[in-house]
Amino acid sequence: MLKILKYSFADLARSRWSYVYFGFYLLLGFVLLFLNNDLSKAVITLMNVIVVLTPMIGTIFGIMYFYSAREFTELLLSQPIKRRDIFLGQYLGIALSLSLSLVVGLGIPFIIYGVAQSSEIWDFALLLLVGAFLTFIFVALSVNISLRNENKVKGFGYAILLWLFMAVIYDGLFLISLIMFDDYPLDKFTLFASMFNPIDLSRILVLLKLDISALLGYTGALFQNFFGNGSGMIISLLVLTLWAILPIGLLIRTAKRKDF
Amino acid sequence: MRGYLIGFLLLSIVTLLKGGIVEVCSRCEANTLQAAYDQASPFDTLLIKKGTYTTVGFEIRKPITIIGEVGAVLDGKGENYILKILSDEVHVFDLKLINAGRSYTKDYAAIYISRSSHFSIVRNTIIDPFFGVLIEKSHHGLIAENKVESDRIREDDSGNGVHAWHSSNLMIRGNELSGLRDGVYLEFVNESTVSGNNSHNNIRYGLHFMFSNHDKYLDNTFRENGAGVAVMFSKFIEMKRNRFVQNWGTASYGLLLKEIYDAEVVDNTFEENTIGIFIEGCTRVNYLSNDFKRNGWAIKVSGGSYTNVFSKNNFLSNSFDVSYNSKMNDNKFEGNYWSSYAGYDLDKNGVGDVPYRPVKLFSYVVNKTPETIILLRSLFVDIINFSERVSPVFTPDNLVDNAPAMKSFSYDQN
Repeated sequence: MLKILKYSFADLARSRWSYVYFGFYLLLGFVLLFLNNDLSKAVITLMNVIVVLTPMIGTIFGIMYFYSAREFTELLLSQPIKRRDIFLGQYLGIALSLSLSLVVGLGIPFIIYGVAQSSEIWDFALLLLVGAFLTFIFVALSVNISLRNENKVKGFGYAILLWLFMAVIYDGLFLISLIMFDDYPLDKFTLFASMFNPIDLSRILVLLKLDISALLGYTGALFQNFFGNGSGMIISLLVLTLWAILPIGLLIRTAKRKDF
Repeated sequence: MRGYLIGFLLLSIVTLLKGGIVEVCSRCEANTLQAAYDQASPFDTLLIKKGTYTTVGFEIRKPITIIGEVGAVLDGKGENYILKILSDEVHVFDLKLINAGRSYTKDYAAIYISRSSHFSIVRNTIIDPFFGVLIEKSHHGLIAENKVESDRIREDDSGNGVHAWHSSNLMIRGNELSGLRDGVYLEFVNESTVSGNNSHNNIRYGLHFMFSNHDKYLDNTFRENGAGVAVMFSKFIEMKRNRFVQNWGTASYGLLLKEIYDAEVVDNTFEENTIGIFIEGCTRVNYLSNDFKRNGWAIKVSGGSYTNVFSKNNFLSNSFDVSYNSKMNDNKFEGNYWSSYAGYDLDKNGVGDVPYRPVKLFSYVVNKTPETIILLRSLFVDIINFSERVSPVFTPDNLVDNAPAMKSFSYDQN
């Protein structure tokens, strides 16, 4: 597995798109810090970008890579290698290289501007961690889609739809249901529903570190009680891990049964 | 303001010259405050030497000056008032007062002043009192540079730091008040000035006043109070250069204004409060040159607020700049700097060419259904805010800043 991981990682490291992605984050970091010159403000803006963009890039990259590497995958399948190793290796290759682009691309400008000495270091670290989680989750989901759809156009459509659903539509439905059921106690439901969308969960996790004073309003206190303390944080991270592990498990299962 | 203090000091020096000095110490002729007081004639000075003196409900009925040397402590034994000032021209300097009484039926205070005028309470330290300085029906007083501290947890068994009732022309200046119910409490107090105080970590309000007109509140700092600062039912007040910082909580406000008329709120800083200013039923109030930084809600306007003016304020990175609970608007927002303004300035005159709408649709939604706050800063919310900004349906459509500033104003505060 490690060999395949290494191979697909090297393959991606040579590809132009990884560098474009890396360059994009590098530029984004520098521009943000240049315009704001205030680390905490830059972290807030960055959150908006990361929460929306990393899932999208993860989805598109994952599906593109798996479709384009199909012939190579078939070649590997003819070798005496376990299927689990092939697919897990390829998956980890993409997810790791994308996360690395993110972490290094944003890390360099922020370290130059002195994040390590400032009090924002933990917020920033959490932001990168969440970004990496989102990458792992959405690459896994998109690989699943590519395995189940031979038709590239269809697969691509599903993947984009998945991203759109998680990033926008889910929140819309969520908001409408909250307004509709206004008369009922909604706090438990809200906590529960936010667990079902990794993008929402990541956003709330980071937000509670940043916009803390707004969220401390009436109901905010309840969310603060849950997400703000240690156990809520651990639960949220566990749920995020679950969000990554389940699609990976599904991926392996699908790959094992698939007739190539 | 300094002039006041010097004036009072001069006054006390004059009284020192005018009257005699009676020393109080354990080996002196007068070894209690009461004995010294009985010896003293009006306008004399009691000089209290180092030591702890049991003083329970000590009544002062003639003009007198009490000065404590370093280490002079009055111990109230937890039974009653410590000092009761019932005469004009009483001055108390440099004492430390401990163990004042605590009661659920009587308002025991470390220093109680009733029907007095021209009094001063300066540089005293009051530890863990019920009420710190309690002033009733008194006029022309100076309460300066005292330190009142307590560590109570519950509202009902704690009192206020400086509590004034039915008084006028008070100067409450440079005090440090912490761990009390309210730091400064004024009720029916007119023509007074509260300045340079530091009121922090109080259980309820840092500053609380009602029915108090023509007062000035200058250069105070209110930090981490349970419910911030609440001022109600008053007219002609001036609040300048105060700092309202980190008043967080489910019902916490940097500044709560209720039924305030004809006031000026100028040059203040509101930083990291749950709600910067909460406005209810306030009319003809000018909010000028204030800084709102990183608050949850910078300004929350509830019903019945008319002809208020918001101008030249900085709104920097607040989660919500302005929140309204109705579609009616009779208040004017003009020439403020909004950090979330996204317009342009083609003629380079420093004023944005596109009007700014400070009320977002999402803040309206959150008002109706508080749980939706969990969707703050999500992409969907940005989209609905944008569409509402383009064509307002739910938010007051005349609530617009027609001349938003392109650059933040710098006021050289902090």
